[in-house]
Amino acid sequence: MRPTLDVALTRPRALIRSDAVQRFLAFGALLVLILVFSLLSPNFLQFDNAVGILLATSVNGILALGVTFVIITGGIDLSIGTVMTLSAVITGVVITNMGLPIPVGIVAGMLTGALTGLANGVLIARFRIPSFIVTLGMLNIAKGLALVISGLTPIYFNDSPGFNEGAMGSLIGSVVPGLNIPNVALVMFGAALIASFVLSRTILGRYTFALGSNEEATRLSGVNVVRWKASVYVVCGLFAGLAGVVIAARLNSAQPSLGQGYELDAIAAAVIGGTSLSGGEGSILGTVIGAFIISTLTNGLRILSVPQEWHTVVTGGIVILAVYLDIVRRRRRL
Amino acid sequence: MSDLLVEMTGITKDFPGVHALADASFELRPGEVHALVGENGAGKSTLMKILAGVYVPDAGEIRFKGEPVQISNPRTALDLGISMIHQELNLAPHLTVAQNIFLGREPRGRPRFLLDDRRLNRQTRELIDRLHLKLDPTARVGDLKIAQQQMVEIAKALSLNAAVLVMDEPTAALTDTEIDELFRIIRDLRTDGVGVVHISHRLEELKQISDRVTVMRDGRYVATLDIADASIPVVINMMVGRTIYEEAPDIPVRSDEVVLEVRGLSRGRMVRDVSFVLHRGEILGVAGLVGAGRTELVRAIFGADRPESGEILVHGKPAAIASPADAVQLGIAYLSEDRKRYGLALGLDVETNVVLASLQTFVSSLGRVDTRRTRAVAEQRVQDLGIKTPSVRQHARNLSGGTQQKVVIAKWLTADTDILIFDEPTRGIDVGAKSEIYHLLNELARDGKAIIMISSELPEILRMSHRIIVMCEGRLTGELSGATATQEAIMTLATQRESVAEAIPA
Repeated sequence: MRPTLDVALTRPRALIRSDAVQRFLAFGALLVLILVFSLLSPNFLQFDNAVGILLATSVNGILALGVTFVIITGGIDLSIGTVMTLSAVITGVVITNMGLPIPVGIVAGMLTGALTGLANGVLIARFRIPSFIVTLGMLNIAKGLALVISGLTPIYFNDSPGFNEGAMGSLIGSVVPGLNIPNVALVMFGAALIASFVLSRTILGRYTFALGSNEEATRLSGVNVVRWKASVYVVCGLFAGLAGVVIAARLNSAQPSLGQGYELDAIAAAVIGGTSLSGGEGSILGTVIGAFIISTLTNGLRILSVPQEWHTVVTGGIVILAVYLDIVRRRRRL
Repeated sequence: MSDLLVEMTGITKDFPGVHALADASFELRPGEVHALVGENGAGKSTLMKILAGVYVPDAGEIRFKGEPVQISNPRTALDLGISMIHQELNLAPHLTVAQNIFLGREPRGRPRFLLDDRRLNRQTRELIDRLHLKLDPTARVGDLKIAQQQMVEIAKALSLNAAVLVMDEPTAALTDTEIDELFRIIRDLRTDGVGVVHISHRLEELKQISDRVTVMRDGRYVATLDIADASIPVVINMMVGRTIYEEAPDIPVRSDEVVLEVRGLSRGRMVRDVSFVLHRGEILGVAGLVGAGRTELVRAIFGADRPESGEILVHGKPAAIASPADAVQLGIAYLSEDRKRYGLALGLDVETNVVLASLQTFVSSLGRVDTRRTRAVAEQRVQDLGIKTPSVRQHARNLSGGTQQKVVIAKWLTADTDILIFDEPTRGIDVGAKSEIYHLLNELARDGKAIIMISSELPEILRMSHRIIVMCEGRLTGELSGATATQEAIMTLATQRESVAEAIPA
């Protein structure tokens, strides 16, 4: 046999991959939260309250799924909150004002999200404008368009009761009596499964990580980075559109002034779940856990009668802590 | 003609402010190992990056297997079978070995947008076995050592079944046994008819592996030699060429007063047991190739990186320099080669930049900046140093490279520093302004400032320095007197690798 290269196999690899550590930490934190709130209040661990947490997680969770893709590429999308609103308004216009069938409204809402994502993606990938700036601009554009199109007033779905019933009804409850988990929660879990599949099993997912890990290396490998980067923003927009449809169905109305601020909760969920703001690392499971941490925290604080104003103070602190843990972890590896 | 694999002629490429390549040419036969050598900045990497589609040339023709081709992006080059291993490793650290090797060419499942990672890992395994490498296809590249990452790059390039393989300094990070292994792989490729281009600074490697050598200088083609005719002195002579500066150097006299002494300074691989002294009124040139550890050395002196061992004496007293602030306190200034990033606040005006490092001294007891004094000092500096600016209110961004350099110098003079460390003082400065900077450096030395000047331009080093120290791979390989040094002598010391240094009796 020929001589082999005199290089040790690998450096003793970390026992657990570092992003898995953060996911484990996040999951542990979620369990601790649940435990603490259960001990502090008998009302916390009730079925109805659990459903409340699920409902609260669903919209933010769907937004967070999409923005996870963008953050893994090393970018950011600040427009998802108001794009969600715009999508909800478009869904309202199609279903209520135009009187078209509900599925057409749903598709129109998602398409709206995808189109704004495409606009973001082209400006960022093709014209190389920083994602922070482009999506900050899109935040305002979508916000303004939602107000203009809706004429500043909410659009109700009173003529299509099936829309709200579809979201708030329980498919599971109809099979297993009593287990009335609303369908929006199923939508979120379904979306999470799809997102997870795309991220780990498809070409798009692979290039999402590659772009965030080393964009120049990806380009030099012959990958069309402009096209794939733009696609990632389309995916993010598509999820924002879905979130718009879900929130409209849940509230039985498209509220044109709602939405701004949602993007920060979604980004927070991704970051708490171990998605690195410097790119290349992240997972859908982590993001889902992150979204649950935020909604469990808010829910628990409300049950403990902590004033509403303090909720954002706490979540803000958690986000800073999560990012700090991420930085410490990274520093230790270097 | 048609037996050539690659033929590049008349290749010209300008970058803002730099003529990287001027009418350069190169040819490659199938089944040959062709070394490409030249000084730093001779255009070797740029020429090969054009072949690999990283840059698009401004002018010139590329023929591949006799046919004219347009290589407008890396994809085109890869499709032709031209692959390049870049000097700076181009891997995605978060992806696995297999994912990196097949990046952009992932085995697909059905439907086509799905990945087939099982096939990916199997094909990688086969490739690694064929090359006799020891790599785990599923290891994350970020967890590997540099030499292993280099092997991933090589495996990646070879997985393309390339007809042309360009390697930009592939041996820089490898040990001798790893280099032997790499050379074995290269010989196998040669047998298979692959044309290999080997960019290297290590001239002694040429004989081992190359069939022919092409020498480049100042972005131009100099000559192509058969390896039998290419002795190292001949090649060095061609790399260096004639000196550009015809005028006689104007070197002020130095004193014997030692202002800075460095004893046994070490930090990692890049600074190893370095000792030297610097005199008042002296310009000490620091020569070496890119990556020799020159910048690392002065950063360690300046406190930007903490040395692992060694002593620094300033004016005869041991100095504890833990941060750049300590260094400035002791009168040491560092003028980075990247003025725009580290030297200047581009959005601020000349006046503010000049007083920026010594602002405390302009602050009144009430905490107010005495703008009348800052104005006066800035205007005085502008006059003394001949800074070409319409007014001290001009933003630094709008000044030319040479003028910006003078503003940085003015800043450190205002901060009362007397040991000035220049890292590539004339990089990015056009030829006319260069001689002004040279005059200014001489003036400073005459005024009693002590100057350390890192430069990759040998004529500059020779023209300016009282003494020259040369570094190679983090070690000091020699000291030369500025009056008697030659470019050849410097290049010999700069390429004196450890194994060679041991073989030559001192």
